Order: sequence, then structure tokens, then C-alpha cells
Amino acid sequence: MNWKLYFSTSVGKKIQMALTGLFLIVFLIVHCYVNAQIFYNDNGVRFTEAAHFMGTNFLIRATEIGLFGFLILHIVQGLSLYFANNSKRPSRYAVSAGNATSKWYSRSMALLGTLILLFLVMHLYKFWAPNRWSQLSTGHELDLYAAMREEFQIMWVVGVYLFGCFSLAWHLVHGFYSAFQTLGLGMHRYKGMIKAVGVGFSIIVPLIFAAMPIAFHFHIIN
Amino acid sequence: MQHYTMNLTLKVWRQKNSKSQGAFETFQVKDISSEMSFLEMIDVLNEQLVSEGKEPIAFDHDCREGICGMCSMYINGRAHGPWHETTTCQLHMREYKNGDTIVIEPWRASAFPVIKDLAVDRTAFDRIIAAGGYISVNTGNAVDANCLPVEKQQADDAFAAATCIGCGACVAACPNASAMLFVSAKVSHLALLPQGEPERKKRVVNMISQMDTEGFGSCTNIGACEAECPKGISLENIARLNREYIGSMLSGSATGV
Repeated sequence: MNWKLYFSTSVGKKIQMALTGLFLIVFLIVHCYVNAQIFYNDNGVRFTEAAHFMGTNFLIRATEIGLFGFLILHIVQGLSLYFANNSKRPSRYAVSAGNATSKWYSRSMALLGTLILLFLVMHLYKFWAPNRWSQLSTGHELDLYAAMREEFQIMWVVGVYLFGCFSLAWHLVHGFYSAFQTLGLGMHRYKGMIKAVGVGFSIIVPLIFAAMPIAFHFHIIN
Repeated sequence: MQHYTMNLTLKVWRQKNSKSQGAFETFQVKDISSEMSFLEMIDVLNEQLVSEGKEPIAFDHDCREGICGMCSMYINGRAHGPWHETTTCQLHMREYKNGDTIVIEPWRASAFPVIKDLAVDRTAFDRIIAAGGYISVNTGNAVDANCLPVEKQQADDAFAAATCIGCGACVAACPNASAMLFVSAKVSHLALLPQGEPERKKRVVNMISQMDTEGFGSCTNIGACEAECPKGISLENIARLNREYIGSMLSGSATGV
């Protein structure tokens, strides 16, 4: 069997979801680290420096193409799996087990993912897209620190960001563990460790992200 | 525990065959003993239906001691009922009290078409086994069992996986109607033993391909299968199946699979 066939079975698709998901987890760490520079409260000096590096370094920009590729693959594959799986039980149960046998978030990955996607569209439209357009058209980057300060004064924008972080957290609680299980590491020796690290990651990273709009909105950082 | 009797309302799925549209039918059963098994309660109902000149409810059952894997009811939203690690035949009426309503449905999955009422066609599992759940055995004299040393832990894990009775509760419980827990148990039990070695790389791929062909869903690591499995088959087997698959992917032969 060749690579294409290996990746197209149900387990192959699951491996695609796991590998792209892990890549996105690594991206979250980098993104979170760079943005957390705002907490130095130095009027955005360190943040702007880091953002400049991320926006201009050739390797980072090349990886960005890969990031979008993997993100799209994760979304398309995830949604197609959702619809395919949904069609495997045409006649529904009158009474379902609900939360008695599984966790709500593990059954709601497509919904949580879609919420993250909707958030992401707005997020890219507000920050990423104007900045890249400015780089293309004028050769200069935008002052993203000032942009954040301005955007996060608006209550509903802060609300949407917090909701995005909330969806991300629950998506990660299942996604983090699930990726390792798919790669075959969900055995007794690692399972507890992976679950614990996963839950920790799912709380800490979205919490740091959520702290950003809050800090700007309530003028904790200026 | 004190013995008592109860009157129950049963909402049972009736369906003539795989082509027809099914619907719930409501029945009343009286003086059910708390000592009865769930299937004995259905027997009482069927006796009642026969004496009234009505068609009895079709349901699968055989050994009635939890080892054959034939019984298959989805009771109040739970595969094999609410008890942990038991089959429907092991569920007893002491779980219920007078006046309860019990909703009984067949396993629902497109890969398990309804034959009649609560009986579903699980031959898809047989075809998955035929695709790779076997080992090569040379003919001739039986080899001395001690010639093949097997590590104790490996033997125990293989045995634990081999306790799968193929009832299909994993498929019934899975929101995706995936058969991964079943396939993982069958792959694991052979992958852990030296006898399974010759077909190892082919087995996992062939069984998964057959699983996909049969129309089961994909596993998304939800874990409802493990929670409902009457034999306590662990999700670790799915992790092992994934490892076997990746192993085959990275080092299996390019042809012949």
C-alpha cells in the first residue's frame, strides 16, 4: 500500500488530524509566548520587537504558509469526518446515553472547532490581514500594540475573544489527549501524564490569551 | 436484597425488516420478579404476546451467561443497560422499581441493519475477522507449547483483549458508530503473541480497510465504547491498534497489503 492509501483510511485520517493538531498546538505556544510580551507593560516595546521578528523572518514566514496549509487540512478533514460519522447512524436513538458514558466536549469537537474558526476569521480580519496588507502595499508593519489597545476597548470584541478562548480551551482538553492517543501513546504508562499535561495546557494557554483583551480593556496595561 | 414484584411500561422498537420503517410500541407487563434477568422479563412479555395471538418481539440471545455476545439491547439509552461490564442477559430486574418505564431499542448503526425488531445483523464483524483476524498454522504434529516463550504481561494483555465477545456494544454506544474498539481488541490479541507475527503488518491494514468498507464511522477517541463494553476492553487497545497501523505504514511491505 502506498502513502496516499495509508492516509485515506479512517485511521489514516485520524493520524492527519493528530499531526496537524499537534502542529497547531506548537503554533499556539509560539503565538502565546510572543503576545505575552505585552505583560512587560513597557508600552509594547518588547512585543513590537518580537512581532517584527515574527513578521519579517524568512523561516517564520515560510512556516506561516505551512501553518495555513495544516490549519485548512485540519478544518476540512475535521468537518468531513464529522459529516461522514454523522451519516453512519441514520436512525437515531430515542434515548441517548448523554454524559453517562462520555464527556460533552469530546462529542462536540466539530462544534467547538467551528466556533474557533468563526473567531479566527474575525481575529485574522482585525490583526493579521491588515498587517500583511500593509507590509505588501507600503513595506511597513502596522503598530499592532496600538491596534490591540484600540480594539480591546470595545466591549463586544472582548466578549468574542473570551468566547474564542473558552471554545479553544474545551477543544484542547480533548484534542491534546486525543492527538497522543491517535499516535498510539495512550497506554497506561503515558495516559495519566498526557491527560494531566493536556488539561494544564488547555487551561494555561487560553487563560493567558484571555488575559490580553481583559488587561487592555481594564487598563491594567497601557 | 428483598424480593419484590413490579409492573412496568415497556416501549419497544418494532421493525418488520431492514427495509421497513420501525416505530415504538408500548406494552404493560405485570408481576415481574426482581429476581428475573432482563431477558426473562422479555420472555414473559413474549409469552403474553403469543397468548394474545400477537407477534412476539424478536431479539438475539443465546448463552444467557454473558459469554456469547449475542444479546444486544439498547436500554434507556445504554448499550446492555445501565450496569457496568455486564451484558443484557446479566442485567437483572432488581435494577428497576414498580411503575418504571423502560425504552428498548436495537443497536443503531448503518453497518448493523435491523433484521427484525431488536435483532440486528452483525455479520460485518465476521467479515472484518475474515479480512485479517487469523493466524497461519502449519499442519503436522502439534508443536510443544513451551517452544514459544511468551512474556507474562504480554500474555495477560493478549488474554484481556481476547475476552471481546464481539457483541457490538462499542458500535452501538459510539456516537460515530465506529467499530474501533472491536477491531483493536482483535488486532491486539494477535499482535501481542508470537503466533500473530507473520501476518502482523497486513492484518491491521486489512481489518481497518474492511471496517471502513462495512460503513462503520471513524474513531474520535470519545471513549463511550470503553464505558459500555461488557468485557471491559480498554482504550489502550485502540492506542495499540494505532501503533500497529503506524508500524505497518512505516515498515510494511509496499505490495501485498
